[in-house]
Amino acid sequence: MLRAQGRAVHQCDSGWVPVFVDQEQSISLMSVGFLLESPDEAVVWRGPKKNALIKQFVSDVAWGQLDYLVVDTPPGTSDEHMAAVEALRPYGPLGALVVTTPQAVSVGDVRRELTFCRKTGLQVVGVVENMSGFVCPHCTECTNVFSQGGGAELARLAGVPFLGSVPLDPELTRSLEEGRDFIRDFPQSPAFPALSSIAQKVLSEAPARLS
Amino acid sequence: MEEVPQGCPGTGSAQAGRGASCQGCPNQRLCASGAGAAPDPAIEEIKEKMKTVKHKILVLSGKGGVGKSTFSAHLAHGLAEDENTQVALLDIDICGPSIPKIMGLEGEQFVEDNLGVMSVGFLLSSPDDAVIWRGPKKNGMIKQFLRDVDWGEVDYLIVDTPPGTSDEHLSAVQYLSAARLDGAVIITTPQEVSLQDVRKEINFCHKVKVPIIGVVENMSVFVCPKCKKESQIFPPTTGGAEVMCQDLKIPLLGKVPLDPHIGKSCDKGQSFLMDAPASAAALAYRRIIQRIQEFCGHHQPKEEHLVGS
Repeated sequence: MLRAQGRAVHQCDSGWVPVFVDQEQSISLMSVGFLLESPDEAVVWRGPKKNALIKQFVSDVAWGQLDYLVVDTPPGTSDEHMAAVEALRPYGPLGALVVTTPQAVSVGDVRRELTFCRKTGLQVVGVVENMSGFVCPHCTECTNVFSQGGGAELARLAGVPFLGSVPLDPELTRSLEEGRDFIRDFPQSPAFPALSSIAQKVLSEAPARLS
Repeated sequence: MEEVPQGCPGTGSAQAGRGASCQGCPNQRLCASGAGAAPDPAIEEIKEKMKTVKHKILVLSGKGGVGKSTFSAHLAHGLAEDENTQVALLDIDICGPSIPKIMGLEGEQFVEDNLGVMSVGFLLSSPDDAVIWRGPKKNGMIKQFLRDVDWGEVDYLIVDTPPGTSDEHLSAVQYLSAARLDGAVIITTPQEVSLQDVRKEINFCHKVKVPIIGVVENMSVFVCPKCKKESQIFPPTTGGAEVMCQDLKIPLLGKVPLDPHIGKSCDKGQSFLMDAPASAAALAYRRIIQRIQEFCGHHQPKEEHLVGS
């Protein structure tokens, strides 16, 4: 998605060098994707092997000076999540952004994610509701394709901040697929104000919430 | 189930019981003796149990959120519409057990007389309970579901999985290995980011020798309820599942359009096939279900023991 597929990971004295995805070198990336021979290769690992790699990603990558380390996780509350929390905890502060879609079935799973955060002492920075409505490009009617309201309701019930809703935007999908810089290409998109606002909230509120 | 230590080399490995991380593990002596590498007796026990189950179908996806559980639930509903067909739906997404909600169940296990469901969701006392288990514990639960549930005479056992290619998938395939899985249905959405994960899923099936029944492309096209014009919310930037299936010579079972009513039916725990039977999405589901039945019909197990003797 960040147009870094096929890039190689190099070693330096302090460990693996993360892959920079932009000219300004403001965003660096590490992923098991870089370690695969082919993008179609399946990583058929049980928990312990995954845990070991996650630990390595935290301690053996030469991240350098970072303002934010964003960790994308798979769905669930299992090995990867526990390994990430355990590996990162010594380096605090640590918080969670929890993403849901609006419908009850999704919220039903994300409630358990919030419990995971509570049980592992992960501070919740806030809930984001993704895929929140689709504006028809032909007639501008907005349809709630995946129901509505679940994210805000979940945040309210759990007593955590609701950071905002991001609407569905096929151009966002297309741009991610083609590795374009969405923020630069689509300031007119309905998703742009939503994403910017959420980013602003994280930048301004996270330091206070996590200290 | 005991927790295994970090860095466990695996019970089947040559280092089992001998590695540095084995020190202090309660299973160290067992592994060092080589007993850990012996096949799990549960595999034979499950094979026995599965003798009364005619067809077993795994539903897989590479990515989360592509509609796998929705599809599993509606595959079950569709098959069970024939009251002479006995259907069982097993939810092995231990951390995110959505099936009880999608099927409208709050603890009862039978949706209809001929449609039964099993899920870890039934064992949780609160909707907020999180199942924070590592792989080995999840594997133990899956083993129990397959071995200790009295499935009875079942025509179709559908196994809904979490996204990915990890513990749950390996365990399901391993435990069902002697019982002969009919095959796997893989769910995707049209965009390349999703297809890329499906290719990994297909490779997984090849690696573990599970036949592939075919691929279902979900959220294919959206029809605006107001102006009725079509949009592609998840653009098939590389040709969607159709091109991928042609390239990999795998059947495309069908494409299901994005219909907001599907989500609403799932949230209410109702069958979308009953709620909107004439909709394009329901018709697509039915065509796909028929193709799955045809696949299973062509791959009938040999009648080794006559039932009822």
